[in-house]
Amino acid sequence: MMSYTVSMMPAAVMNGLMYGSIYALVALGLTLIYGVLHIINFAHGALLMLALYAAFFLYSILGIDPYLGILIVVPGSFIFGYVLYRFMIGKLAHGKDQNILLITLGLSIVFENMAMLFFSADQRTVNLSYSFETVDLGFVLLSIPKLISFFASLVICFLLWMLMSMTDLGKAIRAVAKERQGARLVGIDVDKIFAATYGIGIACLGAAGCLLLPIFYVDPYTGNLFVIIAFTIVVLGGMGSIVGALIGGFIIGITESVGGLILGESLGQIGISVIFILILMFRPNGLFGGKT
Amino acid sequence: MAISISRWVQMGLLVLAVVLPLAIQNNFYLDVLTIIFFTAYLGQSWNILGGYAGQFSFGGVMFFGTGAYASTILWTTYGIPPIYGVFVAILAGAIVGLIVGYASFRYGLRGSYFALITLAFAEMLRIIANSLEFTGGGVGIFLNFEPSIMNLQFINARGFYYLSLGMVVISIIIAMWLERSRFGAQLIAIRENEDAAEALGINVLRSKILAIMIMGGMGGAAGTFYAQKYLYLDPPIAYSIALSVEMLLVTIVGGMGTVFGPLVGSFVLHIVTEVAKHLIESPGLSLIVYGFILILIIAYLPNGLIGLFKGLSGKRGK
Repeated sequence: MMSYTVSMMPAAVMNGLMYGSIYALVALGLTLIYGVLHIINFAHGALLMLALYAAFFLYSILGIDPYLGILIVVPGSFIFGYVLYRFMIGKLAHGKDQNILLITLGLSIVFENMAMLFFSADQRTVNLSYSFETVDLGFVLLSIPKLISFFASLVICFLLWMLMSMTDLGKAIRAVAKERQGARLVGIDVDKIFAATYGIGIACLGAAGCLLLPIFYVDPYTGNLFVIIAFTIVVLGGMGSIVGALIGGFIIGITESVGGLILGESLGQIGISVIFILILMFRPNGLFGGKT
Repeated sequence: MAISISRWVQMGLLVLAVVLPLAIQNNFYLDVLTIIFFTAYLGQSWNILGGYAGQFSFGGVMFFGTGAYASTILWTTYGIPPIYGVFVAILAGAIVGLIVGYASFRYGLRGSYFALITLAFAEMLRIIANSLEFTGGGVGIFLNFEPSIMNLQFINARGFYYLSLGMVVISIIIAMWLERSRFGAQLIAIRENEDAAEALGINVLRSKILAIMIMGGMGGAAGTFYAQKYLYLDPPIAYSIALSVEMLLVTIVGGMGTVFGPLVGSFVLHIVTEVAKHLIESPGLSLIVYGFILILIIAYLPNGLIGLFKGLSGKRGK
């Protein structure tokens, strides 16, 4: 038993890295939204679920490969997020922290059960022609879709970093994150930036949905599985920190798969909740977070 | 004068609730009313911490589930009847409240952070219950149906109806006591401005922990009731996110920090659900309606339906 655990360890770590990169992408959207808008987007899991369905139906109806579907789902998610914030969340919450939490909770209930109503509770997966092909790294076999998802999410994280640091939009977003009033005074339309940030955060979910679908499944409650994971990564990496989300994603991905190996599938998930609780209690600013 | 009239109305409604089963022979309606009272009771437990003390929890179900497991295991494994087991359930709920409250309030977690940490604790308990032997793991526990007062089980729907009515009345008395007591005033002060409350000499940590322990004890008793009525318990039921949401939902819809808010909210939401079920038969529809109602109430009626009544009966504006 022990030697089995040891011999499976490299595979578990690699597997954790693969999923970790996608977790990072999910958390990236959450941390970006938190860093700029200072709101906790409780609808994050439900919106990821919608992105997964979008990728699924693009494949099953139009035959578009989920990895190509990124080109459609990401812009679509951006627009959806932008509109959602502009016309619902921003308008209805009256700027109160707890109200936003409850409104986004309400939205997640609505989305989940609409998915239930229209798409039924069936678990759906896609079977690509290369779904079961693997690469032998010597010490571990890796499936091709996992590898593609891994590298694609790294590329997307890099693109997001470019967007934030090189473009005017990124500059404006960072300005609003740092100093709302000041940004308003120099002529930045803060409300638009808020909506754009929310849109970018949801676009990250769109990408994550497309990358996740080939190696996972979707049903109306898939998003719930990622809610605690994403929040854990965000508090671990520091609320609002992009690098933190990336590193946090890998830490959580590896914790989950190694924990699952040692403690068994069911108890393995407990590691994430424990990390979450401990970090919230002792380092609410996260491992890489700065000021309060 | 106004107060005494509303007190008469309350007494009248209570008498009505007591004699109602004599008029209604249909078990379906009694069951719906039982669920309404049960959810109102849980809502009231949430209201004490969320409504009065301003600490929103997203994992309120953890007390319910722990209490349910406590009395159920005592009964099925050790043969201790639930009429005693319920006190262990209350104690278990209060202890979970103490632990979670101490852990999170001691480190100054507030607002959204507190909401999320309670969610994480509930999830953790669900996973633990799923992996342990004596909770029956993922298979769950089946309870026997042996109606007697000792087992808190009844031959007909009427018995459970009266039990749930009794629970809701007790919960309302607790809330009324809270509104008059010094402790309640301290909780409200904490809700309005925690730092100011601290400066006034209120022991904020102690008051918040006490509030979450009351919530926990109430939740524990609800767990016993549920298990004895529905005769089955497994981790997804005991620690269901949906129930955590429902208890905050009925309270917010009815009116947070009010004595009758949870009851009003529970009535309205369940009647909406029943009507919706009649019109369209499909799973999930009632929850879609719940979600929209939650959003609309937060956006347009921050004081809930009770606030609307109060607004109509004279007191306009702020």
